Amino acid sequence: MALLECENIKKSFEGTEVLKDISVNIDEGEILSVIGPSGSGKSTFLRCATGLEKIDGGRIIYDGITYADTKDGVVTYASKGDRRRIKALFGLVFQNFNLFPHMSVLENIMDAPLRVQKRDKKEVETEAEALLGKMGLTDRKNAYPCELSGGQSQRVAIARALALNPQILFFDEPTSALDPELTGEVLKVIRSLSDLHIAMVIVTHEMAFARDISDEVIFMENGVIVQKGSPEEVFNSDSERMRSFLGRYGNI
Amino acid sequence: MDFIQIIKLLSGGMAVSIYIFVVTLLFSLPLGLLISFGRMSKNPVISGIIKAYISVMRGTPLMLQLMVVYFGPYYVFGIQVTNSYRIVAALIGFVINYAAYFAEIYRGGIQSIDRGQYEAAEVLGYTRVQTFFVIILPQVVKRILPAVTNEVITLVKDTSLAFTISVAEMFTTAKALASSQTSMMPFVAAALFYYVFNYVVAFTMEFFEKKLGYYR
Ligand SMILES: Nc1ncnc2c1ncn2[C@@H]1O[C@H](COP(=O)(O)OP(=O)(O)O)[C@@H](O)[C@H]1O
Ligand SMILES: [Mg+2]
Repeated sequence: MALLECENIKKSFEGTEVLKDISVNIDEGEILSVIGPSGSGKSTFLRCATGLEKIDGGRIIYDGITYADTKDGVVTYASKGDRRRIKALFGLVFQNFNLFPHMSVLENIMDAPLRVQKRDKKEVETEAEALLGKMGLTDRKNAYPCELSGGQSQRVAIARALALNPQILFFDEPTSALDPELTGEVLKVIRSLSDLHIAMVIVTHEMAFARDISDEVIFMENGVIVQKGSPEEVFNSDSERMRSFLGRYGNI
Repeated sequence: MDFIQIIKLLSGGMAVSIYIFVVTLLFSLPLGLLISFGRMSKNPVISGIIKAYISVMRGTPLMLQLMVVYFGPYYVFGIQVTNSYRIVAALIGFVINYAAYFAEIYRGGIQSIDRGQYEAAEVLGYTRVQTFFVIILPQVVKRILPAVTNEVITLVKDTSLAFTISVAEMFTTAKALASSQTSMMPFVAAALFYYVFNYVVAFTMEFFEKKLGYYR
């Protein structure tokens, strides 16, 4: 059984179909990259999978628990209890971080485990410190988001998501808001997560990174998955469309 | 009659002014938040009623509103009001008027918060109530503090309007004293009182603004 099953996801905005029949499965610990031109529906797909947008059709199943389902054209969502159980399974890292500006780095990371998961403070603090160490941010734990660089902010956002111990972590263009010289530090951190055995779904324009890190890559365009396969298959594809898209990123 | 004596005679009125000020803030600040929720409600009936209420409160003189609250029960319903109703009417008038102003300030602050803050909180599993009180409201408070300070300073001076329904606040007492003594001194004392009062208020608000200045 896959950790996340998305079947025939459909989503429209004001009559325009943005997702047309998207089906994706993600296994435990699997790393999936989503590439494609801007406006192809990548963010919308992540937002539907994480419940920030309601789907118009299809089915989403997390770890065997049905999150959303469609019967006779009507979409129904899981009960409150199931939704809470599902929410504990995933985390999302935004393009523009969305850190809480009034909380210090440590508070940003610790608040949800304490308030949402009601875990023990000592234990949460130890874990948060360890996460900050992993992110290379130990010396910034008392800083406020306005005092951080973009790269540091994104690493805090990743630590904040990890602090809830998700089984699957979604990234929506985690380095797109960063200056080019800061993308490296964030990509390095994401790379280092692969040994945590957390499944990851990464929307990215960093092709070399996607090729190196992924177990599977999907190429989206106009709301459909045009190509899906191993990084070798996708990046060495003969498809005309694939070649012209990848051509824009130079030699990878 | 020396200045100290005048101050002593006015002190009862000062206490009433301060009392009106404190009670008005204590009730209108939370009530304003509640009203701003109504104003932003998706239910068009609720938001429509609240919108009309705010519009009337902001579009008519506070002096008139105080009179309506004070005389309304008798003129409209024939209810005999007691003398002690004066101060109650003043407090009700001030609270419903200031709550309307505060509601609009809250609304502006709440709507200025980035949607990403709500989304981050939702994905992290915060309930809607937690999201509002833990994530959104602290940021709103920081943003609206300058606008709130303006209103609070206006309120200090507005407390003098209670004289229109003969509440024995500071200004009423000063006026009576001035005419009985045919002296300007009570007015000078009154001016000094309002000025010092506002100085303290501005100082306090600045303290809060500094306290929230630790982040941007
Ligand atoms: N909330 C929304 N309302 C209306 N249109 C939207 C909304 N969100 C996204 N879209 C549209 O959906 C399409 C796909 O957007 P998006 O998923 O953000 O693409 P990508 O992330 O691949 O760049 C775009 O044409 C965009 O304008
Ligand atoms: Mg996007």
